[in-house]
Amino acid sequence: MKGSLIILSFFAGGLLIGMYKILPAQFLETDYSMYALYFLMFLVGIGIGSNKKSLEIIKTFNFKIALVPLSVIVGTYIGVSVFAFIQNELSFIDSIAVGSGFGYYSLSSVLISELSSETLGVIALLSNISREIITLLFTPLFARYFGKLAPISSGGATSMDTTLPIITKYIGSDYAIISVFSGVVLTILIPFLITVIL
Amino acid sequence: MITVLLLMTTGMILGWLFHKRKKLIKLSSELTNWAIYLLLFLLGLSVGTNEKILNNFHQIGFQAISITVFAVSGSILMSWLTYILFFKKDER
Repeated sequence: MKGSLIILSFFAGGLLIGMYKILPAQFLETDYSMYALYFLMFLVGIGIGSNKKSLEIIKTFNFKIALVPLSVIVGTYIGVSVFAFIQNELSFIDSIAVGSGFGYYSLSSVLISELSSETLGVIALLSNISREIITLLFTPLFARYFGKLAPISSGGATSMDTTLPIITKYIGSDYAIISVFSGVVLTILIPFLITVIL
Repeated sequence: MITVLLLMTTGMILGWLFHKRKKLIKLSSELTNWAIYLLLFLLGLSVGTNEKILNNFHQIGFQAISITVFAVSGSILMSWLTYILFFKKDER
């Protein structure tokens, strides 16, 4: 939660400085962000490759446990396709790209704003933050009416860290490993899915 | 797009090779946070100077939340099905 607030305050800080034109205009003309993104993706790769915890968790892989992140991906894409079908402001590809954030709002928003547009980046930021908030608020409800995997799938990538405590509280600690597994798999897949889609 | 994937894959291989160099890995995770802060700050900055986004913020917000509602509903229903078919029977 503390991490989320820090991340949001950087976005809000930039927003305010931009709105009140505190920085000189020529600073904004050069776009350094693509290079920062390249650097970030390299670092994210190092993080994934060096993370022993995620390597160990991937070893718990079996057919049944793999169905969980798969259900999250397929279910999200079906839901977002319905959204894309009933409205005509956002294209199918754009909607699917936003959905592919699976709650990982920091990475998905910067990646989408570079690969597509800033508008879509902001949509990805708000959409994926609300995925985390919805999970934090409705986990008790989801667990009660839609089975023990429901909070995990609602959490998406966040089910490995920020929403893990509340999830395990309502579905039991024997499902914690499944929750972490699903979150880790989605976290690794997100940058690949977004880049390939856009 | 290819550049992003190549850089990430290179990072993964290097991370795997050097995973025992604790200090190096810690430094890279610190830098990851700061790169994310910087990029979100820059995104905020360009959104703050973009009249088109600012004027349509309510519409953008509504779209964002709608996508999430559909995404969460879809994934919950899908995982409910998975739960009933593969998980529930093993529980006592």
